[in-house]
Amino acid sequence: MRLLKLLRTTAFRLALVYVLVFAVSAGLLIGFIYLSTSSFMAAQTDETLNAEITGLEEQYRQRGLPGLRQIIIERSSRSESSLYLLANADLSRIAGNLSIWPADAEREPNGYMNFTYDRQVADGIEKRLARARQFRLPGNFYLLVGRDVVDRRGVEDLITDALLWAGALTLALGLLGGFVISRNMMSRIEAINRTSRDIMEGDLSRRVELTGIGDEFDELASNLNDMLDQISRLMAGMREVSDNIAHDLRTPLNRLRSRLEVTLMKPQGDQEYREALEQAISDADGLISTFNSLLLITRAESGVLRENFAPTDLSAIVRDMSELYEPVAEAKNIAFRAISGPPVTCRGDRSLISQALGNMIDNAIKYTPSGGAVSVWVQREAGTATLKVRDNGPGIPEADRARVLQRFVRLEASRHTPGSGLGLSLVAAVAQLHEGELQLDDAGPGLIASLRLPLDA
Amino acid sequence: MTPQTITLTASENDTMRVLVVEDDHETANYLIKGLRESGHVVDHAPDGVEGLEMARGQSYDAAIVDRMLPRLDGLSLVKRMREDGNETPVLFLSALGAVDDRVKGLKAGGDDYLTKPYAFAELLARVEALVRRRQPAAVQTRLQVGNLELDLLSRTAMRAGQPVDLQPREFLLLEYLMRHAGQVVTRTMLLENVWDYHFDPQTNVIDVHISRLRAKIDKGFDEPLLHTVRGAGYCLRAAA
Repeated sequence: MRLLKLLRTTAFRLALVYVLVFAVSAGLLIGFIYLSTSSFMAAQTDETLNAEITGLEEQYRQRGLPGLRQIIIERSSRSESSLYLLANADLSRIAGNLSIWPADAEREPNGYMNFTYDRQVADGIEKRLARARQFRLPGNFYLLVGRDVVDRRGVEDLITDALLWAGALTLALGLLGGFVISRNMMSRIEAINRTSRDIMEGDLSRRVELTGIGDEFDELASNLNDMLDQISRLMAGMREVSDNIAHDLRTPLNRLRSRLEVTLMKPQGDQEYREALEQAISDADGLISTFNSLLLITRAESGVLRENFAPTDLSAIVRDMSELYEPVAEAKNIAFRAISGPPVTCRGDRSLISQALGNMIDNAIKYTPSGGAVSVWVQREAGTATLKVRDNGPGIPEADRARVLQRFVRLEASRHTPGSGLGLSLVAAVAQLHEGELQLDDAGPGLIASLRLPLDA
Repeated sequence: MTPQTITLTASENDTMRVLVVEDDHETANYLIKGLRESGHVVDHAPDGVEGLEMARGQSYDAAIVDRMLPRLDGLSLVKRMREDGNETPVLFLSALGAVDDRVKGLKAGGDDYLTKPYAFAELLARVEALVRRRQPAAVQTRLQVGNLELDLLSRTAMRAGQPVDLQPREFLLLEYLMRHAGQVVTRTMLLENVWDYHFDPQTNVIDVHISRLRAKIDKGFDEPLLHTVRGAGYCLRAAA
């Protein structure tokens, strides 16, 4: 089973392809070496033959047949690899180290012939291969000059064997290498798979181990780990959101339900029914508004809204939002002051920034007692612009400042003021979306809320 | 002076013929019931293809179109209507509430966009405003409701011959109310059309602006013009 799996791996297939390509090219190289070696050796045989023939021809011209016979006898006894045969018209031997004229010769068109002959050796007779040329001499004599090629063939066979072994070894080593590499890769992928399976089974804290080599597998593993961290963070965020939704939507939903239920418990007048229904609608509106705020915060936190970013003038936003809220402050007898100067442009979402500033102003007005003062302005600092809202209300104790930015957190002191508890969470989400920051400081007395946004480059 | 409160009734418009294209039956039934009880005539199509056929077959004063519809989605339906040269005002209903969804709806030829869940009063006010807007009006330089006059050129207001001192935004607010005189105008409509904000400002800031405006135009007069419509919004109208 494991072997089958191994055979199916990409690594193994790649190794196999590599081995095949390598074997074919090695084969071609080996074939070339073989062919050039053997043709060189064949050419050398023919050259030796021709030299010998030239020598004999010379003797024959000078000393005639008896001289030729004489020299053949001499040479025959001297050499084993050179073959001679001088024969008469009926091809019977006159002189030479071949006993009979070869019968089964295979003739080439250029006058050469290949044949086998018998040679006397210590333990009997041996059939040997030879190559020769034959001539017809005047007076119906025949001459055959040849060479034994068994040794040459032996060398050729040796080369062939060596080359075949080398090929087989290449193939075997390649396969083994592929096997080892693929096993190694497989074990590392298997490690990643194992971690993935653990995570899928619910253990999200598991991470892929790094080998520390810093190769592609480590890179893959570390990317996967980063991705898992991100997912964990998002999931923790989601869990927090759903906990909070459950907590904060349950109460008003329950109130709505009880109101309707109690109204139906015993018959009542039209006026009572109408009032109960109107209250129910108002409860539902509150729920919808909370729900919409939550959705907006989630969208702002997810960053998808960055697509709508455009140059936005913060001074104009200060003017517009102040104009929108000024009557609210006046109705509560709060001195409202907005200072807006020349344009201060940042890159962002006008609607969201307006909404965030609106929430900051709304908060300030809500928590400042009648007779207090609220001021709004935009301040330019190095590379950033800050929207500031200052009030002289009770402020927020330092220990609670981080907490009020979380969703639905409302300090005990403000339990009876209307509001969803999402106002500052939205401001914080808008700050995060714009890569800015929301800061709450003591105004002594009161609170300064600062929404810092990066300026448009 | 206590603000006048009136209950929601059909505006002084004539009866409207409204086409409702909505696939959810319960939603459609509430919508049809509400519109009929407000005195309008309603036809219903449960999908986009049927909606398009009905829009081609008859003439309507307004169409209320859900964005997600079987067979032919709301955006395509309205695009086809506009290609046919059909100029019936369209109000999109959608569960998709992001700014770009709204922009897509208006680009496809919709005239207004309302995100679910919505208040029926909001829907009714918007449809009535759409129908009114489509009725051709000569270029006006003066608006009048009862003895309240608004001069759009000199940007001044008079009540019974007495000048009313208005801030620029108050002028815009009053202009919008006067252009929709006799109709219910919701807080969201005011926020969108007078302030150009498409979000919920939590506290009801619009109420404060209205009561300021009311103090300027109605204070000292026996007959108030600016009325609060319970559960819906406001209505500027002279006594019959």
